[in-house]
Amino acid sequence: MSDSFSSGNTGPSARGDCFVTLTLKESGGITLDIQSKVGDLFGKSIRNLCLDMMEYYGIPDAHLSIEDQGALPFTLRARLEAAIRKAFPDCKPFLVTDHSGIFYPSEKDRFRRSRLYLPGNNPKLMINAGLYAADGIILDLEDSVAPSRKDEARILVRNALHELNFGTAERMIRINPFPAGILDLETLIPEKVNCVLIPKCESREDVIRADLKIKEIASESGIDHPVYLIPIVESARGVGAAQEIAEACDTVVALAIGLEDLTADLGTRRTEEGDESFVARSLLVLAARAAGVQATDSVFSDVANMNALEKTALESKKMGFDGMGCIHPRQIPVIHEVFAPTSFEIEKAQAIVMAYEDAEKKGLGVVSLGSKMIDAPVLKRAMKTIRLAETLNRIPKNWRETYGT
Amino acid sequence: MAHKSDWTKNAAGRWIPPEINGEKVIPFKGIGKHRPSGNRYGPPIRTSIDYPPDGNKQVETLKDALVKSGIRDGMVISTHHHLRNGDLVANQVFKAASDLGIKDLVWFPSASFPCHEPMIEYLKDGTIHHIEGSMNGALGRFCSEGKMRGVGVLRSHGGRYQAIQDGEVKIDIAVIAAPTADPFGNANGLYGPSACGGLGYSLADMLYGDRVIVVTDHLVPFPCIPMQIIGNYVDFVVVMDKIGIPEQIVSGTTRITRSPDRLLIAEYTARFCDAAGLIKDGFSFQAGAGGTSLAIGIYFHKMLKERGIKARFAVGGSTEYSVKMLEDEVLEYMLDAQTFDLTAVESMRNNPRHPDISIFHCYDFHGKGTYTTMMDVMILGATEVDVHFNGNVVTHSDGILLHGIGGWQNCLHARCTILPVPLFRNRIPIIRDEVTTLCGPGELIDVIVTERGIAINPLRTDLLEKVKNSGLPLKSIEELKAEAEALCGVPEPVDFEDEVVAAVKWVDGTVIDVIKKVRRNP
Repeated sequence: MSDSFSSGNTGPSARGDCFVTLTLKESGGITLDIQSKVGDLFGKSIRNLCLDMMEYYGIPDAHLSIEDQGALPFTLRARLEAAIRKAFPDCKPFLVTDHSGIFYPSEKDRFRRSRLYLPGNNPKLMINAGLYAADGIILDLEDSVAPSRKDEARILVRNALHELNFGTAERMIRINPFPAGILDLETLIPEKVNCVLIPKCESREDVIRADLKIKEIASESGIDHPVYLIPIVESARGVGAAQEIAEACDTVVALAIGLEDLTADLGTRRTEEGDESFVARSLLVLAARAAGVQATDSVFSDVANMNALEKTALESKKMGFDGMGCIHPRQIPVIHEVFAPTSFEIEKAQAIVMAYEDAEKKGLGVVSLGSKMIDAPVLKRAMKTIRLAETLNRIPKNWRETYGT
Repeated sequence: MAHKSDWTKNAAGRWIPPEINGEKVIPFKGIGKHRPSGNRYGPPIRTSIDYPPDGNKQVETLKDALVKSGIRDGMVISTHHHLRNGDLVANQVFKAASDLGIKDLVWFPSASFPCHEPMIEYLKDGTIHHIEGSMNGALGRFCSEGKMRGVGVLRSHGGRYQAIQDGEVKIDIAVIAAPTADPFGNANGLYGPSACGGLGYSLADMLYGDRVIVVTDHLVPFPCIPMQIIGNYVDFVVVMDKIGIPEQIVSGTTRITRSPDRLLIAEYTARFCDAAGLIKDGFSFQAGAGGTSLAIGIYFHKMLKERGIKARFAVGGSTEYSVKMLEDEVLEYMLDAQTFDLTAVESMRNNPRHPDISIFHCYDFHGKGTYTTMMDVMILGATEVDVHFNGNVVTHSDGILLHGIGGWQNCLHARCTILPVPLFRNRIPIIRDEVTTLCGPGELIDVIVTERGIAINPLRTDLLEKVKNSGLPLKSIEELKAEAEALCGVPEPVDFEDEVVAAVKWVDGTVIDVIKKVRRNP
């Protein structure tokens, strides 16, 4: 044997990453060639990590070459495992026993104003992603990962979910379209995922297939928290089927729209004004609302233009969307600000809630505010506005005590 | 670690040798504990009999000027760093000295930059014996590897002025690169193709240097106005084709960071200052020209503007961003010791609220007061901090000397000193059990702001009280250290040899720590 197997990224732009080359040998034991930017301070621990993994995989003779640009251990392990799996595709995963990736079960109707996309093969962006208070963090295995790097990205994402703290953000993954997506689910669902984004969704079958597979994996791996689905509609056909997609199963919590692919499918291109996708986005919002799920808008790709982002987000909110995708943490506060309730919205919601609670105390069967009846959806929306206003400290939690004074 | 029996443990607990480069050392005694006596150093009396009556002090070449200045083995030659990484003068000084066969010079720069890497050649051929001044990049590595014959001496900007003024360092020949000068030697940095702003770092060199050479590429007829350098102190004027590379003079570090982590640190820092009540009408601050510091300044600008209040003064390090604060009337005075971009140079030329100052004005610990003790908010960087809040700015955690002190030590005396730093760089945690090199005592460092939390020095109970309900992510410094190590692992200890390669002086001239040669396995 003299085959070499590589994984990872190299060069000056690969900060926080490493490039591993495994060369199998017939004899000579394990030899290591470690070129590390942090070798003076972590050389021994990198050596030990390599030797431990070679022992775990039962590889007695090999040469390991590592170009390290300051990779954290979760990355080093992922890169080395990916190289080993190229040599031995059926080998078992290597996971540290301590599952330090903090997990909070999610709720179906939690706020999903912002979802931050992270390329699945870039460890540096993952490390601090949990600090930016996005409502969701998406570890992406689909469009941001080159086809030849899917396997190593999947292992890296798995290690990130296993070891990193994403804070209060929902832990989301965007899988590849089936059948490749099956492998993504098998690898990642056991690592406690809140939401799965299904790309290029065109029918209810696409959703049901993913849902069934997730439930099967969850059952096998003892996962008892709900794993929600966010289908992404990215084609004319998908827009046409939006409502059946939204209603496909009870784990769907939101419909997302992907405008890069959709505009390509429509034979047009994205503009800042968004006229070309206005109808599609409206249809998506209508379908989501009809199915009782959230609607979430596409990403805004010009990360330097905060004014244009704000304008787009305001337009999205006006159309009825609950949130947007982000590709840079700087976009999160802008989106949160736009999707935060206005003073007028808060006051109106407070009036509705107070009227409802007052009617309830009096045992009235019908709730009204002024001359208008308050039905269940109106109340639900008002409660949601109040909850968001409380979360953002726009009103105190005990606002009822001072209401009207 | 074995120590020579005559070494002393200083007040910071660091072992200090009795002498460095043959000079007796005073170990650090504690903050404010060293009180020097005696008079300031005085340069020799000169008489105008010996200078051209027509005021024309030009000589043909730098080499001629050095020869006429009496250059000889073992002299101390000073330069300054206003031209930053675009400086074309300092290397030529030592090339000329090397060509003349001069040996064992001491290079005494106010700072060095990567452009000064050719000095290694002169360190190797014996022209330069050692450097007293910042050693960055390749020069620092050369020193850390024990290749410099003498021991490097690192001082803060204010410490450099103090050392000159106290006679601790006697400058034999001062070479001042000046973007504009007249034949008499009056000079400034405001005009000409190599304009760099103020020339404040060379004020001490001008006043105390035995001989003073002004080098320019933009000679104007007498009088050169304003006279940042006063020709009456100048011996010779040399005109060169080019003293600096403009695009390297305008520092590449003066752009606001785009890193989301650094922006978060900047936001936390600004929110901390606000919560602690530091942002108020008439407050004063200093923020450097690094990307994170500039972002903090933008937050300050926004807060002041929104509230309709003004900062009374800032000391800098000026950039287009601080100029905007002046022009936007949220900052009344920009006291400028170093001008980082052309917008700031232009502002210094035209705005009376943007005067140039020297390091003596703001940082000299042996002056009759310093500005820094009057300042409300001080934003500084660090390569390392330890759990006792001690700071390091000169070596990395691997022990390699890679940066100068700058004004850092002087700035620690501000009312609230804040270090916004990432929790780790390239897997290396910034918070350590003990800093590799001690540059500033923890009792002067008040707050550490990282992207994962803010640690306040327990000595600052007032700050702790003010921000306790602010909603900011307050953590103990031990918690921050543990968080970094959980992600990065615990760094392995660095192996040093006993050989001292550089000394770090405190602002009063005492030695606070020494840097040792890093042991390299064969």
